[in-house]
Amino acid sequence: MRFDPVAISAHTATTAVGRGHSALLDALRTRCGGLKRYQACRDFASDINGPALDTWIGEVEGLRSITLPQQWSRYDCRNNRLAWLGLHQDEFVAKARAAVARYGAARVAVIIGTSTSGIAHAEGAYRARDSEGRLPESFSYSTTLNNFSAPALVAHAIGATGPTFAISTACSSSAKVFAAAARLMQADWIDAAIVGGVDSLCLTTLCGFSALELLSPLPCRPFDRARSGISIGEGAGFALLEARAQAPAYLLGAGESSDAHHMSTPHPDGLGARLAMSGALESAGLTADAVGYVNLHGTATRSNDPAERRAVAGVFGSTASSSTKGWFDHLLGAAGIVESIVALLALERGMLPGTLNTTDLDPDCPNNVLLDNEARDVDVVLSNSFGFGGSNCSVVFGRENRRPRTLS
Amino acid sequence: MGIGIYGPGLADWSGARRVLSGTAPYVRADNAAPASSLLPAAERRRATPSTRIALTAAQQALTHARLDATDVPAVFGSSSGNPDIIHDICAMLAAGDYQISPTKFHNSVHNAASGYYSIAVASHRAVTSLCALDGTAPAALLETAVQAIAAQTPVLMVCYDLPYPFPLSEARPTIDAWALALVLAPAALEPAVAHLTLIDGAEPQAADTALTDIALESIRLGNPTARMLPLFAALAQPGLSEVVLRQGNGRPLQVMVAPC
Repeated sequence: MRFDPVAISAHTATTAVGRGHSALLDALRTRCGGLKRYQACRDFASDINGPALDTWIGEVEGLRSITLPQQWSRYDCRNNRLAWLGLHQDEFVAKARAAVARYGAARVAVIIGTSTSGIAHAEGAYRARDSEGRLPESFSYSTTLNNFSAPALVAHAIGATGPTFAISTACSSSAKVFAAAARLMQADWIDAAIVGGVDSLCLTTLCGFSALELLSPLPCRPFDRARSGISIGEGAGFALLEARAQAPAYLLGAGESSDAHHMSTPHPDGLGARLAMSGALESAGLTADAVGYVNLHGTATRSNDPAERRAVAGVFGSTASSSTKGWFDHLLGAAGIVESIVALLALERGMLPGTLNTTDLDPDCPNNVLLDNEARDVDVVLSNSFGFGGSNCSVVFGRENRRPRTLS
Repeated sequence: MGIGIYGPGLADWSGARRVLSGTAPYVRADNAAPASSLLPAAERRRATPSTRIALTAAQQALTHARLDATDVPAVFGSSSGNPDIIHDICAMLAAGDYQISPTKFHNSVHNAASGYYSIAVASHRAVTSLCALDGTAPAALLETAVQAIAAQTPVLMVCYDLPYPFPLSEARPTIDAWALALVLAPAALEPAVAHLTLIDGAEPQAADTALTDIALESIRLGNPTARMLPLFAALAQPGLSEVVLRQGNGRPLQVMVAPC
C-alpha cells in the first residue's frame, strides 16, 4: 500500500532516562542510561516482597506521586499515571488540543499501543481479595485493566472524539499505531491523530520473561557477542499526526507482517522482519539506499539479534543502524513509539545514537551497527519493532526536503 | 464476502441466518467444542479457548468467501483477550507463585489468537489485534474496511469475547463466549454477500440498533463481540437496512447494509 506522507507535528517520550525530549536527548548525547538493578520490593509493587530476579529494569521515577485530576480518578493505576505524565511533556497536550480545535474533535483519532495496560493494578487487586475471594470494591476494570483505558484517558485529556482504540500486538503495538492512523487519513475518515504507546512495569512481564529465560543479569547489550537477554523498562510516547500540514518530519511509510513461525521466538531467518522492512519502503515509494539510519529492534536475546541481522542484510547493505534499548530497556508495548521518536530525533537533530552497553560486536550482527554516537545528517530513517505472535512492524520517517510527493 | 459465527446455539452462519432473520427462534444451547481444524493437534492443546473460538469463526468466514487464508490480512478485535489466562496469572502472582509457564505467558498477550492464526494458516500478511472495550467490534469493523480499501484486497475481521473467571467476572460481567467474523473486500471484488457503507454521520445521541429477540438482545448488551450482532441480523435479511453501532468512546458508527 502506498500512502501520502503524514506530517508529524509534535512528539514526546518519557522513559527511565527522564521526562520529555530534553532528558532523552541529554541521555543519548552523554551516553548515560537509566537502568538500575531490580530489587524484589520495587516502587511498582511496593506492597509485597516480589520474586527474586537477577535482572535490571528501566523504571520511570516519580509515578507514585502522580495524581490524575479528580474527574479521571477512576483511571488511576501505574500505566495511566505513566500515560498522563508522558502526555504532559513538551507542550504536547496544548499542541494536540490545537489540532482538535483546528479540525473538529470528531476528525481526530486516538490510537494507543499497549501490552500491559493496567495489569499491575489487577495484580494488586488480586493480592487484596477478601476472605471470599472478591476483588476490592474500588477496583475499576474498564478504566484500568482493559486495554482501552489508556486511549480513553488520552482522548479525554485531549478532547478528541474520532476513532479511539488500543492496538495490542505485544512489542509491535505502538509501531502499528502509525499505520492505522495513516490508513484512516487515506480513507478521509480523520484529519489528524494522536498516536502513542504506554507500558508499565509489572510482575506479569518480569516473571513471564524470566520463565522464558530471556531476562539478562546485566543491563542489556544488544548485538554484543556476550549478550545475555533483555532488560525490561517502562515508558510512554506520543505523536501528533496531521494529514495536511508542514512539519519537521513526515511519516512516509509503514510495513506490517507476520512470521507465521512461533508464538515467542522470531523466525530464524527474520523472514517476517524482512517483509515488514521491505513493505515499509514500498509504501514510502523508496529504495533501501534512501535510508540513512535504522533503529533496530535489537533486544539482545540470543535469537532476536541474529534473526534481525539476516533480515536487515536482506534489505539493506551497510546502512548505519543501532539498538537504543541500552538506554531505557525493552519497553514492550511502548517500544515502537519511543524508538520511532529516537529515530525522529536522529532525523531532526542530525545525531545518530549508537548502542549503549555493547562493547564486543557479535560478527553475526548487522553490517554497520554503530556503537558510538555519530553526528550525521540523514534524510530518511526506519524503525523496527517485532513482537510475540510473530507480529512485525517497520515505520519510515523522512525530512521535509525528501518528501517524495508534493503535499497540497 | 464471507461470514462466520460461533456462539451458544448459533454455531454457523447457515443456522444463525434463520435465527437472526426472525424465521427461527433463538434457543440457547451449549455448542460442540469449536470445530476449527486450522490448528494442528499440538497447537490446539496449547491454544486458549479464546483462540479456539476466534479461529473457528475465522475459518467459517474464509471458507464462505472461498479465499486462501495465506493471502488475507486479518484484524482481530477483543475486549477481554484471554480472560482465563489473565485470571490465572494474577491468582498465581498473588499466591507468591512466580513460576509462570512460558506457554501461559505467551498466551497472555492480547494478540495470542491472531498469532496462532497466522501460524496456523501460514500467512505472512499483516495481522493486528485491537481493543475498545464495548466498542471493540465497530473499531475492528472500521479498521478492516479501511485496510481493505487501502490495500485493495479482501481483509478478514474476527471479534471474540469470553467471560472472565471469578472474581474478575464480578468486575466485568460477560455473557457467554462469542466469536463473529467477516471478510470485507473492496466493492468491485466478487462474490459479495452484501455491500456495506460505513458513515460517521449519525447524531451523537442516535440509539444503537437493538435485536428483537429478547434473549439475543440481552446477549448483545452483555458481550462486547455480540454488540455487532445487529449487523449480522441485517446481513441475514433481504433489503436495505441501517445499523447503528456504538464505538468505544460513545460515538455512533452508522453502517448501511445493502444485500446483493
